[in-house]
Amino acid sequence: MAGTGKAHLHGEGQALLSVEDLLVEFPVGRTGLKVNAVTGISFDVLPGETLGLVGESGCGKSTTGKAIMQLPRPNGGSIRFEGQELTSLAGEGMRMLRTNIQMIFQDPISSLNPRRKVTNIVMEPLNIWGIGTPEERLKKVNEVLEAVGIDPDRAASSKPYQFSGGQCQRISIARALVLDPKMIICDEPVSALDVSVQAQVLNLLEDLKAKFGLTLVFIAHDLAVVKNISDRVAVMYLGKMCEVARSDDLYARPAHPYTQVLLNSIPVPDPTVKITGNQRVQGEIPSPVMPPSGCRFRTRCPIAQDRCAAEEPELQALGNDQYVACHFPLRSAN
Amino acid sequence: MTSAMHRPQDGTLLELRDVRTHFSTARGIVRAVDGVSFTLERGKALGIVGESGSGKTILARSIMGLLPKRGTIRQGEVLYAGDDLAKLDLKGMRKFWGQEMSMIFQDPMTSLNPLMKIGNQIGEPLRVHLGMDKENARATALKLLQDVKIPEPEKRLDQYPHELSGGMRQRAMIAIALACGPTLLFADEPTTALDVTVQAQILDLIQEQRRDRNMSVILVTHDLGVVAGHTDEIAVMYAGTLAEKATTAELFANMKHPYTEALLRSIPKLDQPSHTRLMAIGGRPPDLITPPTGCRFAPRCPYATEKCRTEIPVLESISAEHSFACWNPVGSSHWQSKQDELASNAGLASAGGQA
Repeated sequence: MAGTGKAHLHGEGQALLSVEDLLVEFPVGRTGLKVNAVTGISFDVLPGETLGLVGESGCGKSTTGKAIMQLPRPNGGSIRFEGQELTSLAGEGMRMLRTNIQMIFQDPISSLNPRRKVTNIVMEPLNIWGIGTPEERLKKVNEVLEAVGIDPDRAASSKPYQFSGGQCQRISIARALVLDPKMIICDEPVSALDVSVQAQVLNLLEDLKAKFGLTLVFIAHDLAVVKNISDRVAVMYLGKMCEVARSDDLYARPAHPYTQVLLNSIPVPDPTVKITGNQRVQGEIPSPVMPPSGCRFRTRCPIAQDRCAAEEPELQALGNDQYVACHFPLRSAN
Repeated sequence: MTSAMHRPQDGTLLELRDVRTHFSTARGIVRAVDGVSFTLERGKALGIVGESGSGKTILARSIMGLLPKRGTIRQGEVLYAGDDLAKLDLKGMRKFWGQEMSMIFQDPMTSLNPLMKIGNQIGEPLRVHLGMDKENARATALKLLQDVKIPEPEKRLDQYPHELSGGMRQRAMIAIALACGPTLLFADEPTTALDVTVQAQILDLIQEQRRDRNMSVILVTHDLGVVAGHTDEIAVMYAGTLAEKATTAELFANMKHPYTEALLRSIPKLDQPSHTRLMAIGGRPPDLITPPTGCRFAPRCPYATEKCRTEIPVLESISAEHSFACWNPVGSSHWQSKQDELASNAGLASAGGQA
């Protein structure tokens, strides 16, 4: 699990967002130790693309999403949005920028203020920025509520608890859309929802992306969901990048052993498919306070060798837009 | 209690006869479970599948007698190895909890006592139900932690829940549930709060323990993917009633109820190309205070007819291993003509330009 490589980045000026050598650490009390949440990852997102970030809890995928928003400011690396460096932005410049990048969170109910009417929740960004007259604001709010499938009349008279989880997630999406952002970072937006509602929200995100020309960063732990919505997928493990590839290629021909075991862990809704325990990853993710040397996945990797402990692998090109950070990839370059 | 020893190792363990669990609330009577009947054999695993609010958790809790006292109206029989559990009070049920049946809950953090060491939490049922002394209980707790494959089990005995990861907490929960050697294990969304990799490990563990101990398992979940590889039979619930029940192989090969079909179609699948449009089920499960007349799924069913909206379909068997409640099942002529209609509409929409 290297992460230091940048072979997979697109040329200057092509990407809407480019992240290089992102470093996020958190101190552990006064022990002098630190949580290595994200250690030197690089990736970029093209305009109109959906990039999926996938991995287990503790792999740093949410931290990465928040670091893009500078929440908190990363400890190192560079994040450029439309060519503008975000890590050195401050004050008004940062506020302006956040109108272009919005976020949707996992728990739709706790991310909405329980004491306010839904219309007011969605209108707040417009009020803060003083956009338009009150009538124009209401018109805009009703438009986005309609776009996400929430009845504006009901929204005007109801509070979040009067809506179901799926509807609350739609309201969160409306709030993110109201400032006409260019990019939305979706942090596990469907993991708290039932499968039937999950399908509704995924379809809605696809529709809105086409309608409003959005670029999405979609963070999730469910590979089947990520595959469905993403153009490209980046697999993360313990703060490092394992593999980046086009969605269909990643699933058809995984090159990193971690991608393979993640795929094997997904419950398949077909009883004739039998996956035995030894095709699955054993154990749990190690502590990011003291991550393993070399490749961070080596402690759970079924094919790890001595070299993996000594030397950290770099992302290398396999051709066809697929990149893997592994000394012994499951498939070789084209 | 001791009679478990003399019971046969196969045959019917559990039989539900028209079980109804209603709650009286300020708004009216909520018909959470409304007439469910099925049988479960010894050593078999049954999956109960449905959306939030389908009544699947209340059904599991009705069998185990874990319902609030106030405002609960119960009808029907829950026959467990011949005893009707529905008639028992708290004191009567206590004889069954632990040794006969136990439950693994969804959220391992809130279900464990945060102030009690793991070893003592596992030991508690051993001391209460089996009357073990402290030393024996600790030794057995260690053995159970080994069974559920917690790394470094000796160390875990003296740790508190917050010191364990989510996966380890769920393993500790399973150890507690297995402590007194139950004959029937309930697992209520046991993996929903866990990562996919850990989910697979926990499901494999439950299956392995079921085989080793010849337990019956009732696995409650909203995910058809979870039940597919880990059950013998599946009961699909909708709005408090059974929509379909079949053996797992039969259900996936030959599903009949449009709700089962819709649940399966709404799951994103790995073998579909990315950006495949998901077949979401429109709307939401009905309010169980005033459920729809006729078939309860009719308002959301793409194949519903006038008959569906007025007449309640009864659960009918088409073979010993398959029954369903639907007037226009998957594969019927009406279903087929609707399918063709939907397909041609979809074709028109895409031909008509940007949909």
